[in-house]
Amino acid sequence: MITTTGLTKIYGADGSRGRQITALDGVDLHVREGEVYGVIGQSGAGKSSLIRCINLLERPTAGTVSVAGQDLTALAGRGPRAGKELRQARSRIGMVFQHFNLLSSRTVQDNVELPLEILGTSGKERSRKALELLDLVGLADRAGAYPAQLSGGQKQRVGIARALAADPKVLLSDEATSALDPETTRSILQLLRDLNRQLGLTVLLITHEMDVVKSICDSAALMEKGRIVESGTVSELLATPGSELAAALFPVGGEAAGPDRTVIDVTFQGEAATQPVISQLSRTYNIDISILGAAIDTVGGLQVGRMRIELPGRYEDNVVPIGFLREQGLQIDVVDASDAKPELAKEAVK
Amino acid sequence: MTWSEMQPLLSQACWDTLYMVGWSTLIAVVGGLPLGILLVLTDRGGLLQNVVANKVIGQVVNIARSMPFIILMVALMTFTRWVTGTTIGREAAIVPLAIGAIPFFARLVETAVREVDGGLVEAVQAMGGNTWTIVRKVLVPESLPSLIASTTTTIVALIGYSAMAGTVGAGGLGDIAIRYGYQRFETELMWITVAILAVVISLIQFAGDFAARSLYNRGGRSGRAPKLRLLKAKEPAAADIGKVA
Repeated sequence: MITTTGLTKIYGADGSRGRQITALDGVDLHVREGEVYGVIGQSGAGKSSLIRCINLLERPTAGTVSVAGQDLTALAGRGPRAGKELRQARSRIGMVFQHFNLLSSRTVQDNVELPLEILGTSGKERSRKALELLDLVGLADRAGAYPAQLSGGQKQRVGIARALAADPKVLLSDEATSALDPETTRSILQLLRDLNRQLGLTVLLITHEMDVVKSICDSAALMEKGRIVESGTVSELLATPGSELAAALFPVGGEAAGPDRTVIDVTFQGEAATQPVISQLSRTYNIDISILGAAIDTVGGLQVGRMRIELPGRYEDNVVPIGFLREQGLQIDVVDASDAKPELAKEAVK
Repeated sequence: MTWSEMQPLLSQACWDTLYMVGWSTLIAVVGGLPLGILLVLTDRGGLLQNVVANKVIGQVVNIARSMPFIILMVALMTFTRWVTGTTIGREAAIVPLAIGAIPFFARLVETAVREVDGGLVEAVQAMGGNTWTIVRKVLVPESLPSLIASTTTTIVALIGYSAMAGTVGAGGLGDIAIRYGYQRFETELMWITVAILAVVISLIQFAGDFAARSLYNRGGRSGRAPKLRLLKAKEPAAADIGKVA
């Protein structure tokens, strides 16, 4: 549904004064129809530039963007102004913003009608559609209110209703929940998830909150320094040994008790989750196992368990038991105490 | 001078002042609003970025603004005659008043429009809106309280300028104050004129502030609408709590 190839954005590339900053460095992204795709990364990783390049609010320096089979970069034209075709294409892509960007001079209903006004829809049809959408986001009773009278969560609901007014197939969400408290964040994410299911809406969202990815994304990508360093469906990522994103999505804590211990992370998915592997391991090799941390959670609609256990002896002494666990179809990551944990994972453990 | 002698003089002067100020304000708004918006749009990073046009408009506005009104009035005489067919009287005063006020108002418009949150412009761009849509649906309505405050300031400034219009025989309150009050030592009449001016200006300022404030406060926002610059009503950063996963 959304495909970018070699997307590159360099600020200051036009040869004007100032330093050049590479915000995107050859990003290949593929978002399938009907999925919720999360791009996560720290500030400055290039997420914002990425999402703005999708609807060409930012002109990419190189590379292509196509949405619903239409090559948007080809519509862009030369100048900084958007031509008619690009504007039409944009009207079929909804966008929600971190700071909502509602017009304070218009009522809630008039805000939702704005995209339809731009499309030239008749007044009657506009208000019918706007009220229908406000009902969908649960704000039918606030149609006549001004944005200043709403709470943050309500404003974002209006923002979402507005983004959906022109019946887009794709919704771009630029940190839509970052300005909201945790409770409101959950309800907005739930709403996005429901819309994704009910309307078959493809959602591309960028965020720096791991919880967002965890609760609603089917696929995710991790961005660092303008590049996508990991990407895939959430279950693929969880099954990838050493995946930074998986570790961050599903963190377990716990430090080794001493230097001659081996700490490993065991991830259970699906069938494997039902096997009594730990007691089998203990009995078979006659070793004492301490559990440092464990959690069971639903990630992307998938039941996943992860456990951090400690085996006596160094890694060299535990090759056989670890092999045993791998044979049981479990995913094993050996945690090297000397190896600093990846940035993202550290943050997530907090 | 008795009140019955003063009364017709004053009422005529009031009417003359209102007539000149009214028309020149109208022209200043019609001319200054697009000019001010163009100053924002053509600026670096603007929607119609055009550095050359921006510099040219900016320079013209600056030169016109730095011109003392009395000089402008004289300098524009040929133009005034071309427009109105005369260089004396109320109509003739309106031309330099309006031309002096256009760049003044344009700068105020520029400031007001710049205060509009860029995110709103981006949102409308993302909906597929063109520049004209952005001007009509975002820049003007969102800066309206500031624009009204700017208009109030312009009217008050024009009342000040119009005092000099007596020089070209246009009458008005300022003219009465100079001719009768200063040149004929009719101190009483002068003070009455001053009082009328003070009352008129207060009323205009009050009405302007009221209009700007009620627009600004629409929808539960409270407090004074800033006179010229609208402070951005930023969302409270309630956020930071739930930030890190």
